[in-house]
Amino acid sequence: MVTGTYEPTIIGFLCNWCAYQGADLAGTSRMEYPPNVRPVRVMCTGRIDPTFILKAFAEGADGVLVGGCHPGDCHYLEGNYKAIRRITMVRRMLEQFGIEPERFRLEWVSASEGAKWAKIVEEMTEQVRDLGPLQWWENVREA
Amino acid sequence: MEEPKIGVFICHCGTNIAGTVDIDEVREFAAGLPGVVSARDYKFTCSEPGQLQIKEDVKNLGLNRVVVAACSPRMHEITFRKAVAEVGLNPYLLQIANIREQDSWVHKNGSTEKAKALIRAAVQRANLLESLERREVPVTPSVLVVGGGIAGIQAALNIANANHKVYLVEREPSIGGRMIQLDKTFPTLDCSSCILTPKMAAVGSHPNIELMTYSEVEDVSGYIGNFKVKVRKKPRYVDSELCTGCGICIEKCPWKTDSEFDMGLGKRKAVYTPFPQAVPNVPVIDPDVCVYFEKGTCRACEKFCPPGAIAWDQKEETVELEVGAIIVATGYDLLDPSPLTQYGYKRLDNVITSLEFERMCSATGPTGGELVLKDGSAPQSVAIIHCVGSRDKNYCEYCSRVCCMYALKYSHLIGEKTDADVYQLYIDMRCYGKGFEEFYKRLSDEGVNFVRGKVAQVTDQVAGEEEQGKLVVVTEDTLLGRMLRIPVDMVILCPAMVARADADEVARRFLINRGADGFFLERHPKLEPVATASDGVFVVGCAQGPKDIPDTVAQASAGAAEALSLIDRGTVEIEAATAVVDEEMCSGCKICLALCPYNAITFDEEKKLANVNDILCKGCGVCVAACPSAAITGRHFTDKQIFAEIDGLLADVKPPLVAV
Amino acid sequence: MPKLWPWAQGKTETKAEAKVEAEAEKKAESEQKSGRPSMAKPKMALYWAASCGGCEIAVVRLYEKILDVANTFEIVLWPCVMDFKYKDVEALPDKSILITLFNGAIRNSEQEHMARMLREKSQVLVAYGACAHIGGIPGLGNVSNRQDIFERAYRETPSTVNEEGTYPQLSFQVPEGELTLPEFYDTVRALDQVVPVDYYIPGCPPTKHQTEAVVEAVIAAVTEGAELPPAGSVIGASTKTVCDDCPRIREEKSIKAIYRPYQIIPDPEKCLLDQGILCAGPATRGGCEAPCPQVNMPCIGCYGPSPGAMDQGAKLLSAVTSNIDSRDPEEIERILGGIPDSIAAFYMFGLPASLLHRIRLERGAAREAEAAAKGAQ
Repeated sequence: MVTGTYEPTIIGFLCNWCAYQGADLAGTSRMEYPPNVRPVRVMCTGRIDPTFILKAFAEGADGVLVGGCHPGDCHYLEGNYKAIRRITMVRRMLEQFGIEPERFRLEWVSASEGAKWAKIVEEMTEQVRDLGPLQWWENVREA
Repeated sequence: MEEPKIGVFICHCGTNIAGTVDIDEVREFAAGLPGVVSARDYKFTCSEPGQLQIKEDVKNLGLNRVVVAACSPRMHEITFRKAVAEVGLNPYLLQIANIREQDSWVHKNGSTEKAKALIRAAVQRANLLESLERREVPVTPSVLVVGGGIAGIQAALNIANANHKVYLVEREPSIGGRMIQLDKTFPTLDCSSCILTPKMAAVGSHPNIELMTYSEVEDVSGYIGNFKVKVRKKPRYVDSELCTGCGICIEKCPWKTDSEFDMGLGKRKAVYTPFPQAVPNVPVIDPDVCVYFEKGTCRACEKFCPPGAIAWDQKEETVELEVGAIIVATGYDLLDPSPLTQYGYKRLDNVITSLEFERMCSATGPTGGELVLKDGSAPQSVAIIHCVGSRDKNYCEYCSRVCCMYALKYSHLIGEKTDADVYQLYIDMRCYGKGFEEFYKRLSDEGVNFVRGKVAQVTDQVAGEEEQGKLVVVTEDTLLGRMLRIPVDMVILCPAMVARADADEVARRFLINRGADGFFLERHPKLEPVATASDGVFVVGCAQGPKDIPDTVAQASAGAAEALSLIDRGTVEIEAATAVVDEEMCSGCKICLALCPYNAITFDEEKKLANVNDILCKGCGVCVAACPSAAITGRHFTDKQIFAEIDGLLADVKPPLVAV
Repeated sequence: MPKLWPWAQGKTETKAEAKVEAEAEKKAESEQKSGRPSMAKPKMALYWAASCGGCEIAVVRLYEKILDVANTFEIVLWPCVMDFKYKDVEALPDKSILITLFNGAIRNSEQEHMARMLREKSQVLVAYGACAHIGGIPGLGNVSNRQDIFERAYRETPSTVNEEGTYPQLSFQVPEGELTLPEFYDTVRALDQVVPVDYYIPGCPPTKHQTEAVVEAVIAAVTEGAELPPAGSVIGASTKTVCDDCPRIREEKSIKAIYRPYQIIPDPEKCLLDQGILCAGPATRGGCEAPCPQVNMPCIGCYGPSPGAMDQGAKLLSAVTSNIDSRDPEEIERILGGIPDSIAAFYMFGLPASLLHRIRLERGAAREAEAAAKGAQ
């Protein structure tokens, strides 16, 4: 199951106005980075229901990366502040569930920060790869 | 819901996608996904024939969902929505899989696998997409312009001249803004008030402009095309209807204070107009200075006022306006240079800021246009320090754009008024505009000393006879590569232009964003330079960022054109992807109420239900995510659609469940 | 979602049978009069798995209506009340029990075995009470594992004397033969995570009116052929949340601090959450008539998620934290410090039924256990 060729799968939840555009810019600028993050576009980080994050882990994600506008820059004024509130709690709860903090990140990426996006993905992919597969479904299969 | 019949269209984008993604493999894969009835690929799906392929399939195969795997939805979602709408499919039944910007362009390996996952997710989401209807609402054909500087004046006149009603709100007693404080303008050396006052007068007398000075916008509600604005009018204590502007009250008033208009260099009375050409030419009584408000006596103004216009009992009033568009032209502040202690502002005499210098040069200014030192004598030498706080990562990283040019202008003005030697202490001379470089050349020929280097300090610690009684500017001359000490009589600082001190509050009031520099943020730096995050609210002039007068006027006219094109159309389309409350599920817990940044959620106390006003709602989804009973649905981003997308992205990761 | 038992289909299929049944009932009545045992009464079973026994009390709390139950049904299994033998139930033909009320979560192999067996023997399997519905309080065992629970229960508790360090064994040889114990699982599961379930009656325990309503509906279905709710329904509960039942006055939320119930004396009129007490009411299915908030205690979530929500705890977390009155990450962190144990706070009842089900098991340990189990076979 755990072999040398393990590649993590990370679900990215990106806000339409900053992080998603930042990731697009990384593309337009042809910055190469690992393909491990699979993006879900939402209009705002404020739309991110903690259920999405738990669902991603439950369905087999090895990590979850939330990307939004820098504080103060939210397209909807304050959505990212609500995201901070929720995610602070989710992070603590995930730790209690035994999910390493490196597997769950909240990052502010503006529409002009393509390079930052590429760097974050690279860094997180590496960290999660080092942690190994999460395979949450294994936890609920009774021996 | 009908059985989904999904068509998947995979774009090669020339070699942009096909170069790294194995299109055939992806197409085969897509064809095998549940609900997919056809999967095709094409060189450029966004081209006419590419779009035709989609349209034909919708017609011939009866597709009811379309997935396009191509570039970012931010690129061509609108294109493809239009295409499917032309053949009768609701535009919201289209889903884009971004396999270019976030796949083929950025991954050397693994882009085919990722493309498959993205397409599977798009198909699974498409299964659950629902039709949405866009609606049109009528627009109130009037515009609010906030700020009566040159930007606000220009925008107001443009709109009023097009025969639309304008409300121009200015917080000071007169319009004119920063520009009316200036003496001459670069590079043409026009007299600032000479070119501005005719425009101010035009505003004051325009039948389509309702000028509201000494007033502030207190509250904005509503939405594009239909804003409701509350304006607070401060009491002037002078009846505008009766006042003739004769100025006797000002003459007779015995109470004085520092003049804000003259940057504190001169005095004004307790009853005053900020400057002689004020529009409207109606004075205001400053209750903080007027002794009547403190002791109930004096009333000199009242005694001498010929028409009896003094109105002590005036009260603050709030006016409600209805407008279709808003133009924010609230201008800028100058950075207070006193925290940059190395320059000695407010610590050393004869260190002044650029605006103070402007007032000193003005014929109507505190010195009557004389350039004088604190002791009343004329300076023999003047140093002008550029980039005070600008291009400085400790203060403002940006360039304030106008300082190089007005500093050159100052050389000329100093030369006109005195025989002083002038030193320009600059980092780089930025003379990019029309006629700017020529002006620089002209001034160089006039014998101005240019020293390239960032000034280390201005000090009164002298180090020699020739420095006695002087201010010493210590700097490196980076062209000569040596340190200089320049003894001068006067130092003029060119401080950074910064966002207004209350920009944060204003941004919140108008629901617009601010950039990292503190100025209001345009929606797109290139293609939407005056639009903001808030539909129907435009930002022009230095409120958006430092700029000179020509740029400000051009931008103000651009803002006016945007506002006009909105109110002239008569109707506006409202976002369809909004939130909606299911009354059967809402328990009235009020979790959502405080969360909406647009106050779109109201509570029906009778039915104990939350309601989302879908005209105010912008579809951010913050209430949807918070609703603990899942009673609020975020249209086009429903929980089910997002769950399906997550499942689709991970379907190859989790092994199929073995039945228990 | 678990696969649901197609009970409704079985029902409509047999209009003719209904007649037969009605005739049989008449016959049964005459038999009753004649004092002979009724053979035609539909069969009913009640079983408890990992639960506290409160659900059993809830059934008995039907008072005199329990007689209607006894009249209408032949009770074939109710270990709490009478001495039945599993083997007698095992001997029944499949689907011969009309209805089984199953309370308690699945925590060990015996419970799993009984759940499977009763599923096979029953036409209608009802998850009765919070533990069978969503895992319940025993489900909080999912923050631990077998090893740690044994360690605590058989060694560490101060009242335990276990000098030899003995743990329960699956099998033990004594001179008289082999003694066996059910296997204790690492993970507690809700009933529908083991077998398909037809109906859910939520609550810890289900309220009297709810049990009554359900029993009446089933009796009406049996005796008069009345229609039952669609399979998979949560019955006896509301589609709204506890807030809809709660009489307290709610305002716009602005949470500046979070308190445990003992830390403040709450205003009896105002919403507990508005006062900073973590109340699960907004994220919990209603129908209970909000007894807890009415006695100044916050809702702890026993009715499970609202009908549209996938994960009760995630929804509660989102609702509460969204309204924290701060934009400063450090202050947010500090305010949320008022929730020291987030799993217990948000999943007091629903941990097994939640998306993550349990805390992460030590993979190595889990695999060793698996290997050991295989080796033992």
